[in-house]
Amino acid sequence: MVPTSYYLILSAVLFGLGVVAFVFKRNVITIFMSIELMLNAVNLAFVAFSQARHQSDGQVFVLFVIVVAAAEAAVGLGIIILTARNRQSLNVERVDLLKL
Amino acid sequence: MTPQLAIFFVLAALAVLGALSLIFQRHPIHSALSLIVVMIALAGLYLLMGAEFVAAVQIIVYGGAIMVLFVFVIMLLNVGVEERTNVSKLAGVAGVPLAVALLGFLAAAIARSNESAQTGLQSGTLANTKEISTMLFREFVYPFELTSFLILVAILGAIVLAQREKS
Repeated sequence: MVPTSYYLILSAVLFGLGVVAFVFKRNVITIFMSIELMLNAVNLAFVAFSQARHQSDGQVFVLFVIVVAAAEAAVGLGIIILTARNRQSLNVERVDLLKL
Repeated sequence: MTPQLAIFFVLAALAVLGALSLIFQRHPIHSALSLIVVMIALAGLYLLMGAEFVAAVQIIVYGGAIMVLFVFVIMLLNVGVEERTNVSKLAGVAGVPLAVALLGFLAAAIARSNESAQTGLQSGTLANTKEISTMLFREFVYPFELTSFLILVAILGAIVLAQREKS
């Protein structure tokens, strides 16, 4: 038996590492991947609570989170391709103007 | 130490090492591969908790579809090693303490709520997949239908954004 708090602490650690990657990385694709890492950490907490409470709501929420993450990845990577084509750079410090 | 606890620690260590590797790798493709390791480890944890359906969806959608999209875009754009600048050092100086503080708050909150913390998870006691499908198509049917609109809008958005302008 693994206590629920272990899962929650692992989830918090993964979320914190996602935040660190978000502020530390300079490449826009890697920043996007750190957002996915944070979403995964939240999903872990959802499933842990769902199993601890013996209710399936949490797992349904996880499915919705995954669907939203997939939609977000499709649109976000489209924007990244467009930015890379227009500015020839993926460094977030070079992409700090809305207008060219 | 029960075998379940041992498996938990192995998978948790794998996930944390993958996340650390995502931070310390300089090349985006290495970061993407580290993120795949994290996702596979999380799928293993879902299996350990008895959430088989979520584990399968995690591997198929996250480890399969989304990460293939990431790797494809990285290779399409021919992304090189990321450069370090003064601002990134500043971000590290300001960001790491903030993240540690966030982690501290979360851990304190988890430690304070010891209500359900001691009760272990009974893995596989629920008829999981059946119950999820019943819930998804009965109580959550309206949000479920809305997600199809969301995906449609996302597809349209991706096509509009990624196509070249005709000149």
